[in-house]
Amino acid sequence: MASDTGASYGSTLRYKSVERIKAVGKHSLIGASGEFSDFQEILRYLDELTLSDHMWDDGNSLGPKEIHSYLTRVMYNRRNKFDPLWNSLVLGGVKKGPKGEEKYLGMVNMIGTHFEENHIATGFGNHLAIPILRAEWHEDMTFEEAVKLVEKCLLVLLYRDRSSINKFQIAKITTEGATIYPPYSLKTYWGFAHFENPAQGAVGSW
Amino acid sequence: MAGYMDLPTKGGFDFGLCRRNESLAEKKGLKIPGFLKTGTTIVGLVFKDGVVLGADTRATEGPIVADKNCEKIHFMAPNIYCCGAGTAADTEAVTDMVSSQLQLHRYATGRESRVVTALTLLKSHLFKYQGHVSAALVLGGVDCTGPHLHTVYPHGSTDTLPFATMGSGSLAAMSVFESKYKEGLTREEGIDLVAQAISAGVFNDLGSGSNVDVCVITKGKTEYLRNHLLPNPRTYVSSKGYSFTKGQTEILYTKVTQLKPKVDVSEGGDAMEE
Repeated sequence: MASDTGASYGSTLRYKSVERIKAVGKHSLIGASGEFSDFQEILRYLDELTLSDHMWDDGNSLGPKEIHSYLTRVMYNRRNKFDPLWNSLVLGGVKKGPKGEEKYLGMVNMIGTHFEENHIATGFGNHLAIPILRAEWHEDMTFEEAVKLVEKCLLVLLYRDRSSINKFQIAKITTEGATIYPPYSLKTYWGFAHFENPAQGAVGSW
Repeated sequence: MAGYMDLPTKGGFDFGLCRRNESLAEKKGLKIPGFLKTGTTIVGLVFKDGVVLGADTRATEGPIVADKNCEKIHFMAPNIYCCGAGTAADTEAVTDMVSSQLQLHRYATGRESRVVTALTLLKSHLFKYQGHVSAALVLGGVDCTGPHLHTVYPHGSTDTLPFATMGSGSLAAMSVFESKYKEGLTREEGIDLVAQAISAGVFNDLGSGSNVDVCVITKGKTEYLRNHLLPNPRTYVSSKGYSFTKGQTEILYTKVTQLKPKVDVSEGGDAMEE
């Protein structure tokens, strides 16, 4: 899972080092876009949830599917009360099930729409990243391949989404646990010949 | 007398018909017919020897597909082509008009048309109509000064770019270009990249669909590859065919009316005037 680390306040880039992906329990990662305060509230709900789950002390722990289901109920019920949590949440994780390691990736949005897919994007990513992911995702990618594909999408979003910034974080979840990597930047390319003096053919235009 | 004679225009913009449309809508309650929007993916890119333009072939009227295989790459000059997105009538009309103007200009100057000429004619016309002519265009061509690619927006602004996309599928196509475009592409690479970009629009945008048209313009040669890709074929065609044999439809009742007694042919009528 990857996100940029920016949080805007209208058209002001207010915060530039925001962690938008967090680990939940032992088996999941949650990433959010939208209203940041609502995301912080959701993290508190998830804290309470994982705590009571731990207190059962039954050797069982909540997997990604269960947490996704919980979040769906929370989001949908809030929307029905006309008081939504203004977020698009991405939930990913791996848990050992009866059929072996089960990978899970799903999303819920502020109106309660939820589904499971092999590739998820929020906001502008739906228009810019999903076409790339649909064309180039395939089963059994290695971690390095997956990072390269995600970086490809992040770069396009950096070029074409005005609210993105050049500081990204990658997070990984496997049966060993969650790893959230430190932030880094991508290299951009601006050296096209046509970008230099575009009015060459039509003096006075732009 | 003054009633039926149109007064000469004082110059500037004439929005007289807008008043008439408004009054028709208010008083007579007349519903203004909907626009045929092309809801499109159109792209262009500059490669080593020239320009490649691409477009999808779906024309939509709201939620319905009005034309499954329309042509969105319009002829401007033998060395200049223009893809159009927005209201279909506007793109057709404006490209036809500028194409005619370019031809007259070619006769007057005796030279091959330049892309910037088409660009200036288009942008001045669209600016004059303040965005009401809803045409978003990707204009590309090769002239004596080299290959050129421009985008023209409905309000009249233009951009000069190495690669460009317009229409509802522009984001899907732009994601392909931003991740895969390089300078100095060969003809095959250029066509392939354009086809990939249009396919991204066709499959990821609801306003675009059906087939992929490509147009390759190089110095002295233009190739219009109509339906270069057909990625949406009709997958089920009945093997038995669609024939309707006699007896398949149940006849409820039969009524025969003789026409002959109703026809009177009078001889010796007036001959036609010469």
